[in-house]
Amino acid sequence: MTWLRIKSVTRRFGGKEALSGLTLDIEQGEFIALLGPSGCGKSTALNCLAGLLPLSEGSIWQDDQRLDTLPPERRGFGMVFQSYALFPHLSVRRNIAFGLQMRRLPRAEVRRRTDEAIKLVRLEEHATKLPGQLSGGQQQRVAIARAVVLEPSLVLMDEPLSNLDAKLRLEMRTEIRRLHQSLGLTTVYVTHDQEEALSMADRLVVLRDGRVQQIGTPEELHTRPANRHVADFMGYRNLLPMKVTAVTPAVVTVEGAGLALQGTAVGTLAAGDEVVAAVRPEDLQVGEGGVPVTVEVVEYQGRELAVEARTSQGTMLHLRAAERPAPGDRISVVADPARVLVFPA
Amino acid sequence: MTEKTALRHRLAERGVDRQLLLLLPALLAVLILFVYPFAYGMGLSFQPDEGGVLGAYKNFFEDAYQRDTIWTTLQLALPAAFLNVAASVPIAYRMRGRFRGKRLLTTVLVVPITLGTVLTAEGLLNFLGPTGWFNRALLNAGLVDAPLRLTNNYWGVFLSLVITGFPFAFLLILSYLSGIDPTLERAAATLGAGWWPRFHRITLPLLAPGLATTFCLTFVLAFSVFPSAILVGDPAGSTRVISIAAYHAAYEAYDYSLASAIAVVMGVVELAVVAAVLGVRSLFYTGSTGGKG
Repeated sequence: MTWLRIKSVTRRFGGKEALSGLTLDIEQGEFIALLGPSGCGKSTALNCLAGLLPLSEGSIWQDDQRLDTLPPERRGFGMVFQSYALFPHLSVRRNIAFGLQMRRLPRAEVRRRTDEAIKLVRLEEHATKLPGQLSGGQQQRVAIARAVVLEPSLVLMDEPLSNLDAKLRLEMRTEIRRLHQSLGLTTVYVTHDQEEALSMADRLVVLRDGRVQQIGTPEELHTRPANRHVADFMGYRNLLPMKVTAVTPAVVTVEGAGLALQGTAVGTLAAGDEVVAAVRPEDLQVGEGGVPVTVEVVEYQGRELAVEARTSQGTMLHLRAAERPAPGDRISVVADPARVLVFPA
Repeated sequence: MTEKTALRHRLAERGVDRQLLLLLPALLAVLILFVYPFAYGMGLSFQPDEGGVLGAYKNFFEDAYQRDTIWTTLQLALPAAFLNVAASVPIAYRMRGRFRGKRLLTTVLVVPITLGTVLTAEGLLNFLGPTGWFNRALLNAGLVDAPLRLTNNYWGVFLSLVITGFPFAFLLILSYLSGIDPTLERAAATLGAGWWPRFHRITLPLLAPGLATTFCLTFVLAFSVFPSAILVGDPAGSTRVISIAAYHAAYEAYDYSLASAIAVVMGVVELAVVAAVLGVRSLFYTGSTGGKG
């Protein structure tokens, strides 16, 4: 059931489109991630949803109510900012209670719900401290508690984990997912980290230069990226400009840059087309009868080794190896045609 | 040898190293140009021709004509400083973002600071005087029967203090405001706060320390008012401010001891007001405001 409807929302800054025609239907309880590199328009989209930026075109509807004409304070959305934006002069408790007080709820209820929210994010011992006395992870939890205490119809999160260290980021990721599941809050989450987006979201929206590239579940995006830009973002590190030499219903054969590969076409292709072949490093293997390459750099990565190798024509390939080759070794590389995606250039 | 390096290292740990020598020129200037004259004046105030050590102070406080200058000056400086701060807040608040023409508007608001008191006083006399444009406009419009007296009295000096003090307060408050992270207000908006709660519950408390500092500075400026008290005021009566009293003592009565005593009293009054304001300020949150300031 569609509950929030975003209709061709466009936002221009001085004539330049930061976000062009974003259309998206969100169901109640869904966790949506807006994913893209910096400057792709994902934060613009979030600010438009929050009401912090007016739209240049388009509309936002919640059931039958038009939202984009309302100021942020009347939309009833919760927002978690990248910088947390905690009020530095108010204690943790008063930060969390702020929104409830703005709704003029009875004092007893404010107190009860604030207590619950503090408990939810496990900050009971820190309730009377000022934000400046807390660690980054604790501040993050206050920001989340402050947004969810209002039981908003939609929670907006703007790269909330980007200021945390790697370990804390993993913990908070689980925490946010846990909160999402236990409270059933509809969430729109902005990030540039594909791993974060894939692991947390029910559906992803990939943006580039203000335009939607693909909308889909993590599985869909991971295995069937719609174009080379999404593929690039989804970890297809080898993006090789090539030319189609033969097309059969099952595989396309491509050549160029000193190597020949067989792959799966995305879209319709004909012989002679300029294309980009996309392969993940983990889908390139050392094996007999493949492309001959020279090993240049080997990095130890725990369970496996990341290898950079160069073809005779100088194209760089990224692959994984189980055994350590030495720089300068000549090896042969093969790929499963099903794992090689061929996109129109 | 080892002991010598260790000592130097220990001193450096406490911030004592050769870079301290860089302070010397400034220290010298402060000593020669400020500390010595100040101490000298202080000393003068305790050496009157007659009446013992505190004779000059006794003279000043026993003479109602002299003593009342404190009150006269406070009556001018406190409301002027208050009005300057109060008027700057909404204007600076409105101007804290980026918009077209901001630089032009800021320039217009700040220009009076460059004019100097004399030019301002002349302008006031021409504009607000009994035959000035303002009164003629009021008379012609039939709003008043006789010209309003706005110069050569309290109001002339007060207006002059506002005109010269406002740009100063405005600039300071604008910079304090831009030191407050604008995301805080946006966060408050997403939590359901309209513009008034956003201002008085988030921005104002964070701005309060800055307001206190600005008030102190504009107050000190206004308290030492001298040229405009004479040019657009009533220097023999309602605007006989404390600096005029000191000037009379020094250059008309040639009583340097009394003049110095008045100067010291001036300083003490200023200090008392500043201490009171900063005392109130310490009741507020004074930490980081999250912004670039």
